[in-house]
Order: sequence, then structure tokens, then C-alpha cells
Amino acid sequence: MGRAPGLLPFPPMPVEIDIAKVARLARLALSEEDLDRYREQCEVVLEHAARVQALPTDGVAGTSHPLPRTNAFREDRITECLDTEEVLAQAPDRDGDFFSVPKILDEQ
Amino acid sequence: MSDLADFTVTAAAAGLRSGDFSSVELLEAVHKRAAMTEANLHAYLTIDRDGAARGAVAADSALKKGTAHGPLHGIPVALKDNMVTRGLETTASSKILSGYLPPYDGTAVTRLREGGAVIFGKTNLDEFAMGSSTENSAYGPSRNPWDPERVPGGSSGGSAAAVAAGSALVGFGSDTGGSIRQPAALCGIVGMKPTYGLVSRYGLIAFASSLDQIGPLTRTVEDSVAALEVVGGHDPADSTSYPGAVPDYRSGLKSGVAGLRVGVVAELNGAGIDPAVQAAVDQTVAQLEEAGATIVELSLPSIEYALSAYYLIAPAECSANLARFDGVRYGLRRLGENVEEMMSNTRADGFGPEVTRRILLGTYALSAGYYDAFYGQAQRVRTLIIQDFQAAYQQADVLVSPTSPTTAFKLGDRTQDPLSMYLSDVCTIPSNMSGDPAISVPIGVDADGMPIGFQVMAPALGEPVMFRVAAEVERQAGFTVRARHASSEVVT
Repeated sequence: MGRAPGLLPFPPMPVEIDIAKVARLARLALSEEDLDRYREQCEVVLEHAARVQALPTDGVAGTSHPLPRTNAFREDRITECLDTEEVLAQAPDRDGDFFSVPKILDEQ
Repeated sequence: MSDLADFTVTAAAAGLRSGDFSSVELLEAVHKRAAMTEANLHAYLTIDRDGAARGAVAADSALKKGTAHGPLHGIPVALKDNMVTRGLETTASSKILSGYLPPYDGTAVTRLREGGAVIFGKTNLDEFAMGSSTENSAYGPSRNPWDPERVPGGSSGGSAAAVAAGSALVGFGSDTGGSIRQPAALCGIVGMKPTYGLVSRYGLIAFASSLDQIGPLTRTVEDSVAALEVVGGHDPADSTSYPGAVPDYRSGLKSGVAGLRVGVVAELNGAGIDPAVQAAVDQTVAQLEEAGATIVELSLPSIEYALSAYYLIAPAECSANLARFDGVRYGLRRLGENVEEMMSNTRADGFGPEVTRRILLGTYALSAGYYDAFYGQAQRVRTLIIQDFQAAYQQADVLVSPTSPTTAFKLGDRTQDPLSMYLSDVCTIPSNMSGDPAISVPIGVDADGMPIGFQVMAPALGEPVMFRVAAEVERQAGFTVRARHASSEVVT
């Protein structure tokens, strides 16, 4: 077999990730050991993904969506919505008709 | 009579209409098959015994009254467990959604119910549809009905295994980078990803919103058409849904390929493809030529970069979409001193390793200082890929390739090396990047007796020509062998 399609023959570009910072941004409380493992794996994947940088794209606009669509409008009309009880029944914690969470702001 | 569990959708629908058997009997046959195969295959996370029974009784009653409508009326259907079903547990194979009872049905589910389909159960997947083997499920892997030592592919591996084994007549999955077509190829069935926007994503648990698309897994091309007829079409609840009329998929099925131009994509054939897979694909191309098609060799240079761009775009979108799983409104919650700690503990405990990895990758690719070099560049590469496809479709009506570079691999073979797993989708990812339709049709088996899939790609809304070529591939291949863990041959 020759090279695998999708993996270009030029060398991977080294990538260094501040994994603790990324995990904090992603709200993932990971152990040091897990962070090390994920850093290694993510760096391998990103080194290959970084090959997109080898393709010249001067003057090329990015595509965020495959088919061009403009805004989709509808009439501003009251329609049926989800049942409050059915929705709140799924909540890990509730207070009457509200979702309940631990404190958001530290007291001064 | 042959076992009803082995009927195609088309044959079963005809039998129901002519009163040869009832939907209740059909459901019973599928229950019996599942009872036989589930211990080995683990295609399902949930079988909805009561809901399916009610559905079958209602379908029979409508048949008697003559109010039955739609090609899936009375047919037992398997739904990938990332399609939300009101009041029926929906987990996306994640611990973070264990026990979640959605308060609504997704649009595809609503259309199936309105069309009289019998929702039999929810099938296993790689957690949040991230994977190519179903081994990333928090509830244990599914197995391939052709050889339970091997994976059924993924991420829609449960639906593929169920349809191949006869524990559903038709399955639905979602395809972000090949998650319908690759498991269909590995399980010897037909898997189809529609044009982006043709099937509503409302109620599909989002992985990468610009790539995700719901589609059917079936035993025949005609069944694929039948399934798409039921779920396709504009939905105001999905702002990315295609607003135009749905094309007629069916009329070209028997037209053959005479006069059509079939493009063989250089970058997706040959190098990196298992020789047995490539040989089968080459043979099918020769058969298409024999049947009157013109074969055109084509190059799409930028799709060499599709996999790299995909592993920036898909994780970036996933990291944004999965931000909603925060332990506040539904699903798992782990305690913490404040709300941020609660969220971080919940997410660390609730997401499995592959999902965590992709969230980290995406968060990095979107973070300040790296955004343009990674995500921005990947989006520009996506533009070049789309332009390459547009140029190719000037010279060919459809493009063809293997669906998967290999046949089904053994469980555990690729779990330690994420990159080797990602390569499973190298032939399927380009159509997700372009938003175009593509289908996998089984054409043969390799030396180990494992099925090989042939991919037909078409331009956006080119489903009619895609199905037309796929039907010819199916006729030429005459692939009627069935999985040995299903008892008998398919009845058409």
C-alpha cells in the first residue's frame, strides 16, 4: 500500500498546546495525568491537521456553511411551546419553576 | 412464509397493504430476531416494547380503515440514540445524558410517527456520534453481524448492525464525516447521506452543525428512497433546512446508467485503499462502463486536505455545541463549590475520552491567537474543496470511490491511536465538507467474508442521479449474501 489518502507526505508541523488553559476554557476539570495524555494526543492530531496551512489560500473566502443561506424568517406568532413540567422534570435541581444551581458570584 | 424480519421495507409495505400479514406480526418477527441477536450484537440501547406495540396496533387499524399513508407505514424502525424522542430515553451514548427523557420529538421522528412508522428502539452510537467503530459508546460497543469480533463501524453502528441483522427493517443515523455510509459499508447494507439541509436537524443532538445530516440505513437502494421520502423536506424549525421542493428520487431507479458520466476520483482510489476493496470497486466501475456509462478519471487535489480540515472544523463546532451540557437544565450533575466548579466537574465526569479530546481540540482551534491559522484556514480549505467538487461535476454526473479504505476491523484495533481511527472516514468526509449527497452500496466481500461498500457521490440535490447510479451498482453487484448472524436471506 502507498501512503494513506488524506495524509500528505510532508512532515507534520510541531504544535504545542497549553492544555491546562484549554481545559479551563472548555470547563473540564481534568486530573494532571489526564491533561498530559490529552495534550500528547491532541498535539499528534493537530500536527496533522496543521497541514491545512500548507495549502495556499490567498484571496480565498472561508466557508462556514456548505449551502449559502440568508436569514430564515417566520411570522412573529405565538405557537405551542414545551411543557414547563416536562422540561423541569429533567432538571438535576429545581426551585419551583426555576432551575437551581450553586452560587454564581462569590460573596465579598 | 419467510421470516418477516428479513423483508425489505418495500416488500413488507406491499405485504401489509395486501393483508398478507399485519404490522403487529411484523413487529413480533423483529422482536424475535432481536431476542436472538442482541446478546451478541448490542445494536440497541433501548427497545421501546410498549411504544412499538401501540404503534403497530395503530398502524394496523389505519390499514384496515384505508387511511394508511407513506412507504414506512407499519414498518419497524430503529433510531440512532442522538435523535430525540419525547418521553423515550435519549442518551447519545453519553453518561452525561443518562436517563434523559426529551420533552419533544425531533422533526424526522415526528415525520416517521405521522407516516405510521413503528419506532422499535434507539440504537447505539459512538458517544455524541464521534467515532468510526461504536467503541466510544459509554454503554459498551456494538458488534458486526458478519463477525462479532469486528466493529460494525460508526458512529451509526447500532442502526447498521440492527438493519443487517434483521432487528429492524430500516434504521436512521446521522452522518457528519461518514457516520452513516461507513457503518453501512462495514455491515453490508445501503447507507445514505442526503444533501445538507434536505432532512431537518431539529431534534438531532448536534455534533458539528455545518456537517451533520440525518439519513437512512437500509437493505436496498429502493428502501433508501422510501425512507428519505418520509423524513425529507423543508422544516421551519431548522433555519438551515432546504426551502425548495424535494426532488423525485424514485423515477430514475430503473433507468440504468447509459449516457451518464461516472467520475473516478484519483485521490480516493488506489493509494491507501486495501487492495481487496479497490479490486471490488474497480470491478464495479467496469460493470458500470459495460452498462453504458462513460468513465472519467478525475483529480480533486484539495480533497487531500479534507481530513485535516475536518479535524479542525468538526471539533471546533463540537466544542461550541457541547457547551450546552453543563449540568444545569438536564442530564448529569456533579457537585461543586460554585457554578463553574459544578459545570467543570459535571463535564469532566460526563464526557468520555473521545468527546473530551474533540472538545479540547476544538477549544484550542478556536482560541485567541490560533483561530485564523487553524479554524480560519480550515474554512478556506473547505471553499477550495467545494470548488474542486463543482469543477468535477462539470465533467461527471456522479463521482465514485470506495466508502471505507478497509473492511470491518477488529474491536480494539484502532482505539489506542485516534489518528488511525480518523482515517476510516477519509473517503466519506469530502461530501460532508461540500454538503453534497452520497450513498454506500454493498458490492461484495473480501477474503475474510467481510462486506465491501461502493460510494456514489453527487452534487447538491443530485439525489435522483445518485440513486439511479446506486440502483445500477446494486443490480450489477447482485449482492444478496447476508450477515451470518441474521438467519436468512433478504426477501425483496
